[in-house]
Amino acid sequence: MPYRQTLTVLSAMLKQGKISAVELVRCYLDRIQRFQNLNAFIAVDEEGALIQAESADQLRMQGEATNLTGLPIAHKDIFCTRALKTTCGSRMLENFVSPYDATVVERLAKVGFISIGKTNMDEFAMGSSTETSYFGHTCNPWDRNRVAGGSSGGSAAAVAARLVPAATGTDTGGSIRQPAAFCGLTGLKPSYGRVSRYGMIAYASSLDQGGPIAQTAEDAALLLQNMAGLDRKDSTSLDRQVPDYMATLNRSISGLKIGVPKEFFDSSVDQSILTAAHSALAEFEKLGAQLIDISLPNSAAGIPCYYVIAPAEASSNLSRFDGVRYGYRTESYGDLKEMYEKTRNEGFGAEVKHRIMIGTFALSTGYYDAYYRKAQQIRRIIAEDFRNAFYHCDYIAGPTTPTTAFLLGEKISDPVSMYLSDIFTITVNLAGIPAISMPVGFDNKGLPIGLQLTGPSFDESGLLNMTHRYQQVTDWHWQLPKEYL
Amino acid sequence: MQWESVIGLEVHVQLMTKSKIFSGASTAFGAKANDQACEVDAAFPGVLPVMNRTAALMAVRFGLAIGATVNRYSVFARKNYFYPDLPKGYQISQYELPIVSGGEIKINLQDVQKRIGITRAHLEEDAGKLLHNNVDGQSSIDLNRAGTPLLEVVSEPDLRSPAEAIAYLKKLHKLVRYLGICDGNMQEGSFRCDANVSVRLLGESALGTRCELKNLNSFRFIEKGLQFEIKRQIELIEDGGQILQQTRLYDPDADLTRAMRSKEEAHDYRYFPDPDLPPLVIDDIMLAEARSDLPELPDVRCMRFTADYKLKPTDAELLTSERDLADYFEHTVSFCGDSRNTANWITGELLAHLNRDGLHLEESRVTPEMLGDLITRINDNSISGTIAKEVFEGMWNGEGNPVDIITSKNLGQITDIDQINSVIDQVINEFTQQVLEYQNGQEKIFGFLVGKVMLETKGKADPKIVTTNLRNKLSSK
Repeated sequence: MPYRQTLTVLSAMLKQGKISAVELVRCYLDRIQRFQNLNAFIAVDEEGALIQAESADQLRMQGEATNLTGLPIAHKDIFCTRALKTTCGSRMLENFVSPYDATVVERLAKVGFISIGKTNMDEFAMGSSTETSYFGHTCNPWDRNRVAGGSSGGSAAAVAARLVPAATGTDTGGSIRQPAAFCGLTGLKPSYGRVSRYGMIAYASSLDQGGPIAQTAEDAALLLQNMAGLDRKDSTSLDRQVPDYMATLNRSISGLKIGVPKEFFDSSVDQSILTAAHSALAEFEKLGAQLIDISLPNSAAGIPCYYVIAPAEASSNLSRFDGVRYGYRTESYGDLKEMYEKTRNEGFGAEVKHRIMIGTFALSTGYYDAYYRKAQQIRRIIAEDFRNAFYHCDYIAGPTTPTTAFLLGEKISDPVSMYLSDIFTITVNLAGIPAISMPVGFDNKGLPIGLQLTGPSFDESGLLNMTHRYQQVTDWHWQLPKEYL
Repeated sequence: MQWESVIGLEVHVQLMTKSKIFSGASTAFGAKANDQACEVDAAFPGVLPVMNRTAALMAVRFGLAIGATVNRYSVFARKNYFYPDLPKGYQISQYELPIVSGGEIKINLQDVQKRIGITRAHLEEDAGKLLHNNVDGQSSIDLNRAGTPLLEVVSEPDLRSPAEAIAYLKKLHKLVRYLGICDGNMQEGSFRCDANVSVRLLGESALGTRCELKNLNSFRFIEKGLQFEIKRQIELIEDGGQILQQTRLYDPDADLTRAMRSKEEAHDYRYFPDPDLPPLVIDDIMLAEARSDLPELPDVRCMRFTADYKLKPTDAELLTSERDLADYFEHTVSFCGDSRNTANWITGELLAHLNRDGLHLEESRVTPEMLGDLITRINDNSISGTIAKEVFEGMWNGEGNPVDIITSKNLGQITDIDQINSVIDQVINEFTQQVLEYQNGQEKIFGFLVGKVMLETKGKADPKIVTTNLRNKLSSK
């Protein structure tokens, strides 16, 4: 069954002529059609994908194909594409077609990947369940009554159900890692500045980072390889050499120290998750790693800090959606002020408006010092916690989430409990460091459990290697929900 | 009661970069609407700003020129407000940490020099233009100007009268053009001014409540707007009223200012550091580059012109008012070596011709080399001053260099004594009556007779020879 294969295997199959790109794309398009009820996609580019597949096969016949030519992937609908509309999960951009391709989209296309469609997401990436999407919620393939996580829930559900072998996502507070954990996948949030943000619709500019959601660390490495690197169009992307992520897999992890923060293993976490995390850590010990106790004393400040900084930046980033140049504009209005108010009131959903209001408040005269400036100070302290921890250990491990996938509707009307589902992931964004989530087991309801591994800045290759080593000796990542076998 | 006005100015200097401050789109003026607005300027979803290094270098050059502190580390901030000409819904500007702090500009007021402090100069982007009732009664937006780099120069409230404000503005205007960072075109909005005005009783140290004046788009309107506003404030206070902190618009047609919004209605811009742009770092290389691009400044050059070229202060001032004019002067002198005549010809004929034909200096057909040549021909007596004007006219009309014109029009000066004497004889014979009157003591007739000789030689006779020989001949008769 080709759809059950990883990018790495599919690449070999294409190369050996065991399958054509057209056959492969058809296979995934059929599955997307068949499992429409997951609502993983906002748009599918059947025609475009088949045309790209045909030319991929052509290139291969002419001997001009790369190892990646013809491999299908999907993009989170936050990445701007010329081929399909880019909605960001919002009514505001329901019919918006970007005049340009995001750098990530452009780079992946250039090396041969075929973009098959755009995946569902929380509106403007604001959410942890893909329930705030204007285009309806995405279901978790492991239990359709449950959320796939968010905001990159569409990408995670699509890969988990093998509607596509891998997908891109973005992560501002956990939006790659949390859905990866909920769907039994490997998701990597790179260091801030590793992947270009050009063409990635901004939610919170100082926290947003694009990254891969894949079946394995190997596939994540393959995608990251072609996403990462300096982009002159993004002043915050960094001129750091991109290592060969595939080549650095399979290094021995013997002697590496894994820090285990006591703050991440408390009673607020599901027992099944704690058990799975401990077994995973034991597995790492067997591979030669050493566990040491560490502390990240200011972790608890992560959520409040994030919910000042992210909304503050969002309130400004989303000002451009004003009905003037593109996107939604209200039907009737008397004057400019009314046009703005009605357009933004009708075009944005509740959570987006909620965060714009929080952010506007936090930046207002008289509140700036108490909220925004204070949050920036806390952010520095949180980053320092990690720096101090990395004096004692090479990586930090803990649960990705405090619970497994929750029920649809369970938390949507309780923002704070929703926000708490990102409690372990959010500090990583505040510190700008990389982290990966890998599947390490299932709870008693059969829902996947994720372990998060955090590393020092720009050590994505180390995280990928650690995960890959773990995946060589475990098979959690090969599990598939029955219905999608 | 004696009142004193206190004025501080905020000047938006449009920087002459080829591309915009945060995108690669062109900044040229006058293109078709929205032709020079790329997706970054139009704030499409997902776009990001990238700082234009040249704009930063220009700001540094300005900072160096006014003796300011060039901040090695400055921060871009977002100024948030909604308006259709502002595509992102925020303007990228600098707030807490500007690129330039401090410095001063010296102005001259009837031989007294005054130093006007500069608070800061910061980089920011311009907005687009809203065209009201453009299409079917609807407004349209031209984003060509959006993202054009601006340097906002904020003065201390050191100015005490509209005249001082104008002197400061003219000095600043001259400086930015000298530095080659702004074309100074006020009609096209390349140099725009807002003013903060308050009044107080003379001798008071506390500042009065200020009003901000906008829409002052020419030196004349700035002066008139300030005059009106000062008068309005004084009258209001004298009538027992109170000044409200407001933003006011100057209406040039009615020659008055009108309240636009009060302090209470003022925007809360919610400034915060722009997370899309790392801090602007001016390293040693950039500083050295800006320093090497720094020309000799007008004040220094003016002093050098009076000292080295022995020019009158007024001429030196005029000749150094524009960098290219001063360059033109020095070039010309390098060809002819005669600074005073060069100054006379430039401030006289050249400027008059440029003015008459509405041309810029760079459009002049008369090059420094040609003018230098002309002055050399006068000094070696090849032509007289009168003929030189004719030659200049010829050069202005594109007839070639002085030697060609003198030759082709046969304008060379006649210095042949025999030839001149024969014309003198001819005139003496023809105007016997006048000769008699002269000999009877009417000295002023002499000029008439010289004129006749010059007329007869079409002005080419060497006037010195004519004068000497005519007098000799008349007295020996």
